Amino acid sequence: MTRILNASAAALLLALSFALVAAPVARADIIDVVKKRGVLKVGVKADYKPYGFRDPSGKIVGIEPELAKEVADKLGVKVEFIPVVSSNRMQFLQQGKIDLMIATMTDRPDRRKVVWIVTPNYYSSGTNILAPKKFGFKKWEDLRGKPVCGIQGAFYNKKTGKEFGAKIVAFKGTAEVYNALKAGRCVAFVYDDSALVAQLQSPEWKDYEMPLPTIDDAPWGIAVRHGEKRFHHFMADMIRGWHASGRILELEKKWGVANTPFAKAMHAEWRYFETGK
Amino acid sequence: MEAFFEWFRWLYDETGINLTFVYDAYDRERMIDGFLMTIWLSLVCLFFSVIIGIVGAWLQGSPLKWTRRLVNGYIQFFRNTPPLVQLYFFYFAVGNLLPKVATDYGGEAPLLGNFAWAVISLSFFAGAFNVEIFRAGIEAVPRSTVEAASALGLTRLQTYRHVTLPLAFRVILPALNNNLVNLVKTTTLAYAIAVPEMLYVANQIWSDNVNVPEMMIFLLFAYIALVGILVWSMNRWERSLKIPGFGTS
Repeated sequence: MTRILNASAAALLLALSFALVAAPVARADIIDVVKKRGVLKVGVKADYKPYGFRDPSGKIVGIEPELAKEVADKLGVKVEFIPVVSSNRMQFLQQGKIDLMIATMTDRPDRRKVVWIVTPNYYSSGTNILAPKKFGFKKWEDLRGKPVCGIQGAFYNKKTGKEFGAKIVAFKGTAEVYNALKAGRCVAFVYDDSALVAQLQSPEWKDYEMPLPTIDDAPWGIAVRHGEKRFHHFMADMIRGWHASGRILELEKKWGVANTPFAKAMHAEWRYFETGK
Repeated sequence: MEAFFEWFRWLYDETGINLTFVYDAYDRERMIDGFLMTIWLSLVCLFFSVIIGIVGAWLQGSPLKWTRRLVNGYIQFFRNTPPLVQLYFFYFAVGNLLPKVATDYGGEAPLLGNFAWAVISLSFFAGAFNVEIFRAGIEAVPRSTVEAASALGLTRLQTYRHVTLPLAFRVILPALNNNLVNLVKTTTLAYAIAVPEMLYVANQIWSDNVNVPEMMIFLLFAYIALVGILVWSMNRWERSLKIPGFGTS
């Protein structure tokens, strides 16, 4: 038994030393670093049509990669897309694997403690489900006791499980979820309504619907690492510019998404930036 | 008890160390369920993988050529492919080909769920190694002992059960120990097919609360404790089985 105790003590030391190594160190300003490197590393989704996904040739395309490209152009550097998923995107940013994160992340107070989220918000979406029409779901409470698929790391999994009593079955990426949903392993997929709308446009989902009232309409945030003041200001200007020029609305149209109320409202609010009206 | 939970909320407010699975009732329930799921999954897989090891090693010594080939084919398949790939393969490829059964909520789902596939896949994975471990042990039993047994009129199965296996067991325990420890750790892979074991639950909790370092450290300790208990009991068993000439001193 003492041998095990000794082993545990050693492991404790090891864990603590990891924690110490991970402590933040002073860094150079990220804009300077990026310009010197000549490449801006942006964390984007690769499985979230049409915001960030892979085209048939394997290249990452979509609304967010286009926005990222514009940031890189403005900085005068090349852009590199690093695919991230919900459960690792903030860690990637913290560890410096990416310089900037534009990855469909909902802006929430507890996330603001971990990364710096740029205001104004660039986009917004709510939560809904994708479900076969035959179940005829009408309200969120209809999901009680039934298996509902989700994405690991999405914040509404907890709410769907806790408040509406659904049994959440969460997978790593959307490809696994769509497979499981089609195989009947779950009755619905709880996800961002913006992504589901795009999915429903394809004929393979004609027997499915997005039947529930959208809840938790919440803004999305672009994030930079804690303490990157200059980059934070720079990004805030970029976003204001996008709203002012109607770039977001344009991209929505280009990628086949109906213009969202949020994007319209932001354009109305910031339009005077460009037109003075 | 409530005061104990509240102390952890205070700890979060004061120090930023956020152990939600202690003070938040919902997270606590999830974590306990996850912990029990890990133990249950480990026990079931341990059981089946040892059975597979014993039976497989016996079949490997079979005089029939095709039985031996079949067992070797099984070992090659499961030992040469990564366990995560096997899980995906079984759950998403094989699982969806199975006949569907009606569920109690009016839908149709494939016959076997994610837990069943995790058990099948992990048991066969660890079982493949166990077969080889058992074979090594069986080969360590002196040929003369087996011959003596058959001279006394024991059949092949009787010899295996009463002579070879008990002696072999004492030789293989250290290696088996190793493999079973690995199996317990490999159960974390089941989170890929959404089996709500400890890693899966921890992942959900750290996504909801952004307390990754705390959950990681907790996970490490939880596994050190679980594997520690397993190793300790296996070592005790090893010592209690000791006979002169076989087993550790």
